[in-house]
Amino acid sequence: MQNLIKNRAVVNGDSWRLVRSADEEFSIKEDVILPLAVYLECKDKPHEGRLAVWLAPEQDVAELQPHLAGLPLVAIDFPAFSDGRGYSHARLLRERHAYQGELRAIGDVLRDQLSYMAQVGFDAFVIRADRDAANALAGLDDFSEQYQATVLQPVPLLRRRVSLIVA
Amino acid sequence: MYKYDEVDFRLVRERVEQFRSQTQRYLAGELSEEEFRPLRLMNGLYIQRHAPMLRVAIPYGHFSSLQMRKLAHIARTYDRGYGHFTTRQNIQFNWPELARVPDILAELADVEMHAIQTSGNCVRNTTTDAFAGVAADELIDGRAYCEIIRQWSTLHPEFAYLPRKFKIAVSGSTDDRAATQVHDIGLHVVRNDAGEVGFRVLVGGGLGRTPIVGKVVREFLPPQHLLTYLDAVLRVYNRYGRRDNKYKARIKILVQAMTVEAFAAKVEDEWLHLKDGPSTLSDADVAYYASFFTDPAYETLAANPAGFTDKLAEPAFARWVERNTRAHKRAGYRSVVLSLKKTGVPPGDITADQMDAVADMADRFGFGEIRSAHEQNLILPDVKESELYTVWQLAREHGFATPNIGLLTDIICCPGGDFCDLANARSIPVAEAIQRKFDDLDYLFDLGDIDCNFSGCMNACGHHHIGNIGILGVDKNGQEWYQITLGGSQGNYTAIGKVIGPSFAQADVPAAFEKIMTLYVEQRQDGEHFIETVRRIGLDPFKERVYAKSH
Ligand code: SF4
Repeated sequence: MQNLIKNRAVVNGDSWRLVRSADEEFSIKEDVILPLAVYLECKDKPHEGRLAVWLAPEQDVAELQPHLAGLPLVAIDFPAFSDGRGYSHARLLRERHAYQGELRAIGDVLRDQLSYMAQVGFDAFVIRADRDAANALAGLDDFSEQYQATVLQPVPLLRRRVSLIVA
Repeated sequence: MYKYDEVDFRLVRERVEQFRSQTQRYLAGELSEEEFRPLRLMNGLYIQRHAPMLRVAIPYGHFSSLQMRKLAHIARTYDRGYGHFTTRQNIQFNWPELARVPDILAELADVEMHAIQTSGNCVRNTTTDAFAGVAADELIDGRAYCEIIRQWSTLHPEFAYLPRKFKIAVSGSTDDRAATQVHDIGLHVVRNDAGEVGFRVLVGGGLGRTPIVGKVVREFLPPQHLLTYLDAVLRVYNRYGRRDNKYKARIKILVQAMTVEAFAAKVEDEWLHLKDGPSTLSDADVAYYASFFTDPAYETLAANPAGFTDKLAEPAFARWVERNTRAHKRAGYRSVVLSLKKTGVPPGDITADQMDAVADMADRFGFGEIRSAHEQNLILPDVKESELYTVWQLAREHGFATPNIGLLTDIICCPGGDFCDLANARSIPVAEAIQRKFDDLDYLFDLGDIDCNFSGCMNACGHHHIGNIGILGVDKNGQEWYQITLGGSQGNYTAIGKVIGPSFAQADVPAAFEKIMTLYVEQRQDGEHFIETVRRIGLDPFKERVYAKSH
């Protein structure tokens, strides 16, 4: 995929292809990110490339639970950047389902949301095609701290503060 | 008061720089209007009828003389020399220039203030009782929890793009002065039978198009679980709240659709996973935040010193003391309400010079602390009774001494059509016409406690539904009309008012008010308050009187 940020750098030559709909064709050799239903159909069939899944905001991450161990990548779709459901999905995958693989934000992904996305557990971002990923990278550094306990910083600020004072 | 540490300062300043970059990219055409809109809203910036409007947060209505002087400076330097206090205890500036807003925010950051999340579909400023910490009827001082909630909600990465705005209110007194029952979440700080402090949690209250009183989802939440429980409620809302229709996107609609039992069960399910997690509060955490809200250096005083009681012989002073001061938990002190409801001044408006005057009074007669109340007045929380007379004289000099707190002319009023793009009708001139109609103080005092709330449209920023008498601006074929409701109330007996009948033309509103008040005076029994009479006799007699054909 193009315009990808991963591990805080712009990545060229990513092998994954996003398959948006069930009727989109793909070859057996490709690394593909599939809709959940397509993934469930394909996962036990022969495939030489790698398989991954993307979820829409209205889907339930719990459905992925039985398959997570075998998934190198999960993508969460943001149909609009103002649709915040994907942030909850990310935390659930990381914190509740202990998902360790790549968590990729796709769709309407823009610089000004990257900092929050990283905090809730995304580590890869496909920046919307009409925007420059190199420019968006700066968004990851908008904040050097956060109050809440999240994936990036599991200890809330108040605990770190109070332990400083007590120590 | 809470004091920022290095991290708080850093975060607010980083937010300012983030917004500066966003504003520059917007002005350079690199961010579209739709992309910039939620970003600017989350920094309190609206684009209004005449100019941008900037809403600055006053967390739970607490601020200092230093901060007030900064607000005065901003009003003078970046605006037209005044500001407007809102029903969420915040302050709005109506005339800033977009390109200079980042500079305003940078100035605010210097005095530990910001405009973070004062608008937008995110968790808004948490509100509480303006008399928290000083009220004679307070059971538990909830301010440590307010600050804990403020920090938790500030820049919360999971809940920045909710289906709709989200408001939390906290109350710890016998008399709920924070309208907790009409908030997305209302938290009552309570003691259980074992004497332990905790929260009664209400969810799904709200005004707007569909006014609903919040319902209890948990009778007693031990305080250590506050944040994990809030996370659970917000997560259920974030995932399942409607996003297809903004009028049905508030949590109240979700609670209604699921039933409160099913909603509470869903939250409980979610919470089981979060409970006892890293955001669980320890006693040390709470003690740390509570340490910012200890009592100032009160003197040991006798109540009712002669220098105070002697002056009560002066009727105008006695009147002001009766209406504009409140009992304090310490003998010899009272809290003073500075009225921002002088006739002829838009309710909640304050000039830069008045801001400075309030700051000076807070320094001279208090401990430099000021509160903003959701009724759009200001409070000096700790004034010695022996100094009340001097405070009254100064308040008169600066235009804050209208002795109308809690009376009919203490109108809660949104900015309406004079400023707000969404308005159906103007509110300010109509509020003024009502104030003029009831300018006889003897009559006004005789009418007694009446909450009059006024909104310029269905969004209900003026909380008209919970006014004992409410006014709503409506649009009839492009003309401004006004609907009157009766029977609403806030506090412990929160109720949504009912419309009395067809709406009124602007010129007819004061006369309708007069008929309603005349009937009340005729009908009241044994010193009943207005709302009590309305509850007892119902709406019909009022309808008959107001809509009777004149012969
Ligand atoms: S109630 Fe309506 S008119 Fe009044 S401030 Fe709110 S949106 Fe504007």
